[in-house]
Amino acid sequence: MPAVQETVARVREIDVDKYKYGFTTDIESVRAPKGLNEETVRFISAKKGEPDWLLDWRLEAYRRWITMQEPTWANVVHPKIDFQDLYYYSAPKSTEGPKSLADVDPELLETYAKLGIPLAEQKLLAGVKESRVAVDAVFDSVSVVTTFKEELAKAGVIFCSVSEAVKTHPELVRKYLGSVVPITDNFYATLNSAVFSDGSFVYVPPGVRCPMELSTYFRINAENTGQFERTLIIADKGAYVSYLEGCTAPMRDENQLHAAVVELVALDDAEIKYSTVQNWYPGDKHGKGGIYNFVTKRGDCRGARAKISWTQVETGSAITWKYPSCILRGDGSRGEFYSIAISNGYQQVDSGTKMIHLGKDTSSRIISKGIAAGHSNNTYRGLVSAHRRASNARNFTNCDSLLIGDKCGAHTVPYIEAKNASATFEHEATTSKISDDQLFYCLSRGLSAEEAVALIVNGFVRDVLQHLPMEFMAETQKLIGISLEGSVG
Amino acid sequence: MLEIKNLHVNVDGREILKGLDLTLPAGEVHAIMGPNGSGKSTLAYVLAGKQDYEVTAGSVTWKGEDLLAMAPSERAAAGVFLAFQYPMEIPGVATMTFLRTAVNAVRKARGEPELSTPDFLRLVREKAKLLKIDPEMLKRPLNVGFSGGEKKRNEILQMALLEPALCVLDETDSGLDIDAVRIVAEGVNALRSPDRAMLVITHYQRLLDYIVPDRVHVLSDGRVARSGGAELALELEESGYAEFGEATRGEAKSGAAA
Repeated sequence: MPAVQETVARVREIDVDKYKYGFTTDIESVRAPKGLNEETVRFISAKKGEPDWLLDWRLEAYRRWITMQEPTWANVVHPKIDFQDLYYYSAPKSTEGPKSLADVDPELLETYAKLGIPLAEQKLLAGVKESRVAVDAVFDSVSVVTTFKEELAKAGVIFCSVSEAVKTHPELVRKYLGSVVPITDNFYATLNSAVFSDGSFVYVPPGVRCPMELSTYFRINAENTGQFERTLIIADKGAYVSYLEGCTAPMRDENQLHAAVVELVALDDAEIKYSTVQNWYPGDKHGKGGIYNFVTKRGDCRGARAKISWTQVETGSAITWKYPSCILRGDGSRGEFYSIAISNGYQQVDSGTKMIHLGKDTSSRIISKGIAAGHSNNTYRGLVSAHRRASNARNFTNCDSLLIGDKCGAHTVPYIEAKNASATFEHEATTSKISDDQLFYCLSRGLSAEEAVALIVNGFVRDVLQHLPMEFMAETQKLIGISLEGSVG
Repeated sequence: MLEIKNLHVNVDGREILKGLDLTLPAGEVHAIMGPNGSGKSTLAYVLAGKQDYEVTAGSVTWKGEDLLAMAPSERAAAGVFLAFQYPMEIPGVATMTFLRTAVNAVRKARGEPELSTPDFLRLVREKAKLLKIDPEMLKRPLNVGFSGGEKKRNEILQMALLEPALCVLDETDSGLDIDAVRIVAEGVNALRSPDRAMLVITHYQRLLDYIVPDRVHVLSDGRVARSGGAELALELEESGYAEFGEATRGEAKSGAAA
């Protein structure tokens, strides 16, 4: 097996292999002092050697942020977050310019070994030809290594960390950063703009079809460190790119804040497919610990006939607050949102999408499958709107909820606004339970209760599963079973 | 092989089986007949281990072991199979996927290796052909939109694949036209073997024209009221269930007697 495929396969095994990596790594972190003020922002920017325009951008966001309040409209309950009690920057020490493997901190390599990522450069090179997936491994907040850049470069595709892009392609970053999610957008996005650590940057030039699926595995590590990823993907005219995002995090007793921002820009006739499998630590069986995930993801179909498709499988985190959205600005553009959100234990999910129809003849499709088990709460929240000049806007929405047990909740909160009379919006919603008879039927065929639930739930989410890239499908099916362990019997 | 002694079962606090005795030796096919409400389906569900069927007295021994102490999936692994009167629909799960999951779950429990995909497909095709099942049907979600005949043939297909030692068929003929009954019966007959016992539950004698039983038991008011050879079924066809109390009168008070 080529090295990189092996990497990906092994990371996946870990992803779906329950939550057994409660290990943390003792790499000496370079941390900003606890708390957030202008100095913290300057520290981060200086640490990353950023140009003045970016520091100013961050500071503007910070000044805005201190005037803002946390949103309270979501259907989630959590203790108030003390934003002054967090570290806002933490980088593995050895990453200040590792040019080769020898420069990388051995402990870091060990962490990757635990994760099953062989970092050895020669292996990566050996895998280049056959491998189809490039992994931009994110350790804590800084991208340590980016693979396959060279092959991508041949196609003209830029795939690197945002910090690197700031240095190598400042004109692109400056043009697009914050152009989809402005620094004034919302409490968490503004916070992210002020203190974002790193993330992926992708630019696909006009007419280029990205030759491989791009993939990032995120991993949250250093204790008490908020993770503020910033991802920016641009598909120029007629370009196509598919991006996979998958996550793991070590077990921890304290809640960890994660406030990422993802911006997608699709120009004329471009297409971006963004898939996520999110499996962060959901907290223990009493609901203690777990990641707080407050994410702003938005795609802008900026050009005519542009297409953006979000597919997400959300199984982890104590709290998920996430609404990957599409702005359908270009005439004839199209947005899609396919979602599987599974909550078990004491997890709280408030997720959905926004489809903002601005251009003519725009269309969107939303398929959401929420599965609630245990004591969890699962809310779909969605907005579909057609603005005045969005003639012939079309939307189809289907929200299905499945309840397992009688202590969980499923909620659907759709907002629909049509300011143009020619809009056609359809909305379907169902709520169902796994019936005892269905379970018994499976049990009588020799399936265990958990196998039976996994099978029934996989059937329930099938419409969405098939929109995932092949690489993710099998792992997701397993993940669904694992996420629902202990939900019956 | 299967030994049921003085079985009493409550459903929703109402006693349905009231001291049922039955012995089913290996290699034999026994028919359970009786009027509606006599406890036929209750017996089927109790054998498969459905919850909410409360055994208040008696025992069921299967190959020398206490069947009632086993979980439903353990019973499946131990070779007990129930062909449902009303097979459940599971949307989004292809029939083939379900079959494969079931076969491998049972094989795993029995300590056998999982079947490889080609071996499994070959096996399914072979068994499906015997039951005149269109391979296209196996691609559809389990039982969703299946006709009555398709559902019942699918049950027998599962039975053929899981190779149980005890087959319980709960009104497998209900809702089928005569051609479908014949196909299902042929499938069942193909599975008759010296080390397999079958309990064929039916309201009508019709099915027993095709699956000729070694013994016939008539259930009435939660007990075996009469047993005999295959000819008993023919007799019932003539006389009906009148002498066995077509309705289920007097059930409430007999609960106290148990």
